[in-house]
Amino acid sequence: MNALASNPIDNRDDTVSVDDLVIHFHTRAGTVKAVDGVSFDIRPGETFGIIGESGSGKTTLGRALAGLLKATDGHIRYQGREPAALSKAEQRQIRRDYQIIFQDPHAALNPRMTILQSVMEPMEILRDGDARQRQRVAKEALERVGLPAEIGRRYPHELSGGQKQRVNIARTLTLKPRFIVCDEVVAALDVSIRGSVLNLFADLQKELGITYAFITHDISVVSHVSDRVGVLYLGRLMEVGPAAAVTEKPIHPYTQALLSAEPLPLPSDQRDQRRAIRLQGEIPSPLAPPSGCRFRTRCPAAQARCAEQEPAWREVAPEHWVACHFADSEGGPLDREQSIQHNNNR
Amino acid sequence: MAQTSEARTDSPLLEVRDLSISFARPGGETSITRNVSFDVNAGERVGVVGESGCGKTVTGLALLGLLPRRTARIRGRILFQGRDLLTMPAREFRRLRGRDISMIFQEPMSALDPVFTVGEQLTETLRSHEKVSRAEARERAIAALEEVGIPSPHTRIDEYPYQFSGGMRQRVMIAMALICRPKLVIADEPTTALDVTVQAQIIDLLRSLSDSHGTALLFITHDLGVVAETCSRLLTMYAGEVVENAPVDDVLLRPGHPYSSGLLRSLPGLSERGSRLPSIPGRVPAPDQMPAGCRFQQRCPHAAPLCEQHPELEPFQGPREVRCWRKDELTLTGAV
Repeated sequence: MNALASNPIDNRDDTVSVDDLVIHFHTRAGTVKAVDGVSFDIRPGETFGIIGESGSGKTTLGRALAGLLKATDGHIRYQGREPAALSKAEQRQIRRDYQIIFQDPHAALNPRMTILQSVMEPMEILRDGDARQRQRVAKEALERVGLPAEIGRRYPHELSGGQKQRVNIARTLTLKPRFIVCDEVVAALDVSIRGSVLNLFADLQKELGITYAFITHDISVVSHVSDRVGVLYLGRLMEVGPAAAVTEKPIHPYTQALLSAEPLPLPSDQRDQRRAIRLQGEIPSPLAPPSGCRFRTRCPAAQARCAEQEPAWREVAPEHWVACHFADSEGGPLDREQSIQHNNNR
Repeated sequence: MAQTSEARTDSPLLEVRDLSISFARPGGETSITRNVSFDVNAGERVGVVGESGCGKTVTGLALLGLLPRRTARIRGRILFQGRDLLTMPAREFRRLRGRDISMIFQEPMSALDPVFTVGEQLTETLRSHEKVSRAEARERAIAALEEVGIPSPHTRIDEYPYQFSGGMRQRVMIAMALICRPKLVIADEPTTALDVTVQAQIIDLLRSLSDSHGTALLFITHDLGVVAETCSRLLTMYAGEVVENAPVDDVLLRPGHPYSSGLLRSLPGLSERGSRLPSIPGRVPAPDQMPAGCRFQQRCPHAAPLCEQHPELEPFQGPREVRCWRKDELTLTGAV
């Protein structure tokens, strides 16, 4: 296991700080505001879940966290420093410390390379050790992710989706990363094997102290694996807080709607108790996000003020941040509406 | 056999009997499904679940006569309103398809023709099955778009598929599938490509249209949550066979087959936060590597020597059917 343990330059602050991050893409149709002013910290050793629908900017944010995209504005700081302010050698270290694993395990592997070759490739690119050392580390990594040694000689097409995703994890581990962006890493896998892959991520975190940013559209996955959760909508954060608070007692109307839209495998008599918030329409285009609060065009509780004024980012309960004019520690506007109705009925 | 509702005198809308599908390959045949039998009653919504490679989609395509004629070998019977679709003349099947049985696919963009307007595609479907004038067909198409919740259908009817968002395209697909008022709609993962808030809208829509028109729905999906919200009965398929056929609530409370139980237990939403997640070890065996006895035995935590024999789909606890030797002795975990 030792070959995979983190680099021994410890005592350093592994926090990833995102500060007013903006990422825009210029296209012929106009400027896509994929990420448009997002701030949060990811703390060392935690799993920070990021939920959002397609078009929310979650993949763009993930790529930026892994250093694959440059910020249009704002900052991402690793260990308190911006990559641009570091020496070349330190930048190379950051590249190796901050990794990403993608959704499609098949597309990430070269079909003409054996599994062992694929796992060794990143070390070759970074000129880690000699050929024999690289092979030893790669074999150890394959073993660590629960794959039999003989799989190293096989080709990607001979493996199942779950096995291929394990290979991608092994490949990342060879670089001894401190932080991994997991972008929809179980979405392409059958439900029956998702659990075992998620367990593997949890084990690696426990053993190696790796920090995760876990990006997914699947609320049940994010609420299971995360310590804290951020909810992204049209390039802005709507709510950030401890996973239990955000997924069990959400405050922002968007988070509430997302949770109530998730189909639950419950018998009919237990399902009726759930409050159904049905959103109208779909997420607007990030080319022209609505004025004021971006969620207002679909929000069942929107008021005139929501169009004029962007809601402030406020800590309404300890560690629980919400961007809604009408949220406080008691809940959001939809909770209040319901309690008013409830009182009237009495 | 698979009749579930009590005291029905009329026969089911759809009776699938011993449907075995295989594909010809050089030097032999690859068997995909084996002896699949189930019924769908008029107006009933039946979910079909199973991992990829269990034969769900192939079964759905067979019901529509959409499997490639040259390579697909289909045995068994598919009785629709008492008539066998497999022996029906091709012309007659074509008339029936789209009018009495229709389909909704996962990817609306690949199922819609990009060079025709939505209106042209809707009226073509209608006019190929019914004798209606152009003007009347257009009126019906507008009404169909309105019914599936497309705003300003009078103008949108003349737009092309690319001008619609993903959710709106799936609504167009539903309008097209329902425009001839079919008795049975086969929906293959119709919400998988959609965001959850849009998925919720589409599920509500499918449920209410099926209720108001009495349309039966065969809902193929990998998502047991979607089945729980949509269907009253659940078929669990494994490795080309039906392993359980039961009312949805019964399966959720107490699954009769270890595979149904495994699928349910794998859902992360049902485990305590941060706990170890259960999963089903291994994978669906490849068609040419099927074990002789129970096909699930290698992955089953309850496998016993008895399971070397092949179990039949047999009645279990009233209205259910389960393919497992140990069904009566096991108490399996469900979703609650």
